Amino acid sequence: MKDILKGKAYVIGDSIDTDQIIPAAHLVFSMTIPEERKQYGRYALSGLPDGTQGLPKGDIPFTAADEFESEFTIIIAGSNFGCGSSREHAPFALMVAGAEAVVAESYARIFYRNAVDGGFLIPFESRDRLIDVIRTGDLLMIDSKSGLLTNETTGKDYLLNPLGDIADILRAGNVFEYARQAGLMP
Amino acid sequence: MEQTITQKILAAHAGKDRVAPGENIWVDVDILMTHDVCGPPTIDIFKREFGQDAQVWDKDKLVILPDHYIFTEDPHAMRNIEILRAFAAEHDLPHYFDVGTSRYKGVCHVALAEEGFNRPGNVLFGTDSHTCTSGAFGLFSTGVGNTDAALIMGTGKIWVKVPQTMRFVFEGALPPYLMAKDIILSVIGDIGLDGGTYRALEFDGQAVFDLSMEERMTLTNMAIEAGAKNGIIAADDKTFEYVRSRTDAAFEPVYSDPDAAYYFEKIYDVSTMEPVIAKPHRPDNRASVTEVAGTKLDRAYIGSCTGGKYGDFLAAARVLEGNEVRVDTFVVPASTEVSKQLRENTLNGKTIWQVFLDAGCKMGHASCGACLGGPVDTFGRTHGTEVVISTTNRNFPGRMGSKEASVYLASPLTVAASALHGVITDPREVMV
Repeated sequence: MKDILKGKAYVIGDSIDTDQIIPAAHLVFSMTIPEERKQYGRYALSGLPDGTQGLPKGDIPFTAADEFESEFTIIIAGSNFGCGSSREHAPFALMVAGAEAVVAESYARIFYRNAVDGGFLIPFESRDRLIDVIRTGDLLMIDSKSGLLTNETTGKDYLLNPLGDIADILRAGNVFEYARQAGLMP
Repeated sequence: MEQTITQKILAAHAGKDRVAPGENIWVDVDILMTHDVCGPPTIDIFKREFGQDAQVWDKDKLVILPDHYIFTEDPHAMRNIEILRAFAAEHDLPHYFDVGTSRYKGVCHVALAEEGFNRPGNVLFGTDSHTCTSGAFGLFSTGVGNTDAALIMGTGKIWVKVPQTMRFVFEGALPPYLMAKDIILSVIGDIGLDGGTYRALEFDGQAVFDLSMEERMTLTNMAIEAGAKNGIIAADDKTFEYVRSRTDAAFEPVYSDPDAAYYFEKIYDVSTMEPVIAKPHRPDNRASVTEVAGTKLDRAYIGSCTGGKYGDFLAAARVLEGNEVRVDTFVVPASTEVSKQLRENTLNGKTIWQVFLDAGCKMGHASCGACLGGPVDTFGRTHGTEVVISTTNRNFPGRMGSKEASVYLASPLTVAASALHGVITDPREVMV
């Protein structure tokens, strides 16, 4: 887990479900064969309807047409992020697109768990409704140790909730490394 | 502090007398289920972490039910079935239900019940969010991702945070125009899409125990639509009868202590409830059917783990019998057993299958179908701005294929009544 994350914000709304994060039609691709794996980056967040892609304007695709990686690496979302299907392809697709963290007001539990146990990205919880004050494209810096998010574009700081129990799994890399370190698996 | 059924099952599987909500524990898993979408990546992770030649922790506890992308020409989807088939052969798995054979079952959550894998008091995990369906049989069941499933596949163990429980008590007699779908859509409308997050939803009360096992599964199936970790209904004689007719396996039912502590409790009188619907694009966007009656439709869809069971079709067939639908109506049995029942059982002298055909419905093969969109050639999938009424469980943008489509969720009775009129219709109008 990185101590400092820096990148551009991609801002989306409340209750973004996993069908919007990675539409079901694309789940047929292998998550390991490189040529297929990169398709997850191409289609990450492609299920967002027009008008909701990159707030406040809503007309900025997360991954530009014909690209496999996004220019945005920190996703700012509202409440209940990642609800719906249990597909681990959702946090995986965001990671393949280049995202390193999501900062949401709250999470659906399976997405949160998948993000942590698979070691795909860091799911931070915000205390404020950041989707109203951060704009897509703003340059952000997150100090994961102190839990401080700085919007370098506006100069404003926001406190994030402590990561709590999950920090140990994120630091280990994924749940397997964590389980090995804890002596729970060989 | 006394414990709920969910706490007691988890405690027993963690080797403890008691566990408290919020506690992180490692539990022993009785059944792990996976399917064609999440099975292949789970197998990849299992081999990466435990070795190419590693053995699964217990062959008899792993159930593989391909069901999502079955009747498609998509080459990647077909390859995923090949991966499952090869893995099952390599490990000589007794509970692999292969496509294209007489063992093929259809939707995993319905098949788990039919094949006797839902056993009271057990702990069951599956790589699908609707794994909570199995809780209708008095067991703890929840959905996980591929990584957690791979950890279970190798060790038989997984960590769980013990949930608080929200208890919903249903009293009164259910009127003939209401179904379990109306009850659960009302609950989700009341508590919201994240009203159950991190919690167990326990369904209780005489009206619940009056329901068939299939209808109980409709309640627990949609616990996830309120964000819950699991949905659960204590086992009763109906449960035992169902389970014992399908498996000889031993099980130990568990019940909530009389003075267990609940995070939230609410009592409903089902005799006064109304048919309800979830409007686009959220399962908690509840309205009474009368509020949206007259909304023009392009399509009706009856199917899925929550709305494609035998009783769902029987209810719809009673409405459709002797009439013709005015919009494209897709009928997709959840399982091959349901499909067989529709072809064998009769309603006023005609098979139920024939009732649907005569009403002008399009009949599909047992699978998840268009509930989750899927490959472009999926039967019933939306491709444009269709307005759909469906017995499925989700209506987020793009869920049934096209993100421009609008999906309303309702009971099989409401969907059938609406199919007949071409507009959203209260089932009471056609059930006189």
